[in-house]
Amino acid sequence: MSQPRKPLPSPTPETQHFWDGTKAGELRLQRCAEPACNRAPYFPPRPFCPACGSRKVEVFAATGRGTLHSYVINHRPAPGFEAPYAIAVVKLDEGPRLMTNIVDIEQTPEALVIDMPLEVTFHDAGEVTLPYFRPAGGAA
Amino acid sequence: MKPGSVAIVGAAETTEMGLIPDLSVIGLHADAALNALADCGLKPSDIDGVATAGASPTETAHYLGITPTWVDGTAVGGCSFMLHVRHAAAAINEGLCSTVLITHGESGRSRVGAGRWGPAPASLQGQFETPFGPSGPPSTFTVPVLRYMQDFGLTHEQLAMVAVVQREWAGMNPRASFRDPITVDDVLNSRMIAYPFHLLECCLVTDGGGALIMTSADRAKDFPTKPVYIIGTGESVETPMISQMEDLTTSKAFRVSGKKAFAEAGISHADVDHLMIYDAFAHLPIYGLEDLGFVGRGEAGAFIWEGNSRPGGKLPLNTNGGGLSYMHSGMYGMYALQESVRQVRGIAPAQVPGAKISVCHGVGGMFGAAGTIIMSNERP
Ligand SMILES: [Zn+2]
Repeated sequence: MSQPRKPLPSPTPETQHFWDGTKAGELRLQRCAEPACNRAPYFPPRPFCPACGSRKVEVFAATGRGTLHSYVINHRPAPGFEAPYAIAVVKLDEGPRLMTNIVDIEQTPEALVIDMPLEVTFHDAGEVTLPYFRPAGGAA
Repeated sequence: MKPGSVAIVGAAETTEMGLIPDLSVIGLHADAALNALADCGLKPSDIDGVATAGASPTETAHYLGITPTWVDGTAVGGCSFMLHVRHAAAAINEGLCSTVLITHGESGRSRVGAGRWGPAPASLQGQFETPFGPSGPPSTFTVPVLRYMQDFGLTHEQLAMVAVVQREWAGMNPRASFRDPITVDDVLNSRMIAYPFHLLECCLVTDGGGALIMTSADRAKDFPTKPVYIIGTGESVETPMISQMEDLTTSKAFRVSGKKAFAEAGISHADVDHLMIYDAFAHLPIYGLEDLGFVGRGEAGAFIWEGNSRPGGKLPLNTNGGGLSYMHSGMYGMYALQESVRQVRGIAPAQVPGAKISVCHGVGGMFGAAGTIIMSNERP
């Protein structure tokens, strides 16, 4: 396994809670704590609410469940990836969407069905842990 | 802006197009600029406003020997030049400068003096997208399309047809990179790049440049060229992260920019003779037709399939062959503007008979930004 390394994130003070969360086995989102706000969960991390601008926000653990919203299957080489591989957007049950990879499933249009239920699984990439998704229930 | 108060008086592309190994990025800017100046009989010293992306306005102004009283370095990707036209119109009307040069040059293929693509690892894109393997526009810009296909029933054949029709236009354009006719089967049998996108549904990678010269409509009469009046403009941005678009099946930046431009111009869609929609990939004209309001949601695939955008169709679209067949240096918006100018002047290789009003719509980044310019050969 001496593949070229995949590009890893550099956490910033505003995003550290998210990356601490993946290391601890939690997918952490944020929401507004302002009673007058709709308090919709949001992503990516910010120390203020993108709906109302309030700095009163809280971090919470998402269920880690979602659906396959869209994807492409990249057939070109990329550092740290073995083509073909899917680059996916998952819609979390809490509302926000995030980019990820889908594991424990064939990387084919036949296997990857739009709107299929998925669950988060955490991949230790060294200094950071990445949130991947797999078919819900762990079955491919 | 006030519709028709400002005009494009000079427009040109680089002398060569496609493979230009003997010019660096800044050299391409200058080659295009000198051609645009020659087009309208000006010298660099006649220019007092400079706008550019890719190179900095400082670099461009100094290289060309220009001392500007107004500069704009707005760089939001391939539609930056649409935004420059819009900002230049406002600056000219406000008296900040009188004669603006807008330049583009990019060594997309030869990479002479060019930088590298990629977000910083600490940016939100670098943290929350890059680790999952989008390795450039072909595997990033394409991510929303399966969602669109699922929601609106767009077929693989309809997506392929976008490339087929644009190749038909390119066949009429001697400067187009690819001119041989192709079929839907040819597109679907071409190499898979990022499912559902095949090679022929992805833009070219070439070298080139272009430049525009703008001044007030009152002064435009004194130039040797036929003035191209700016009658409507729009711009917006949405997100640098394609996964965070408000809706993967429609671009908010497109909708905001297009609506603003049409309202400013005071025209309806039926008034439009010619349309350019920046096509980095085959789905862009589909999103553009819908988000600009030319067709309803989910109707663009069938609209193109039925031949409405091809030569002789009711809405000629991407008549230079587009980014899919004409050229694509990286920031293609300048070439869309050049084709709109040619069509409105009546000198395009694939001229739309009697074209008076052209809508030119650009994308920046990957659905990150948008700019819309509406041109006319008549002052409203
Ligand atoms: Zn709030």
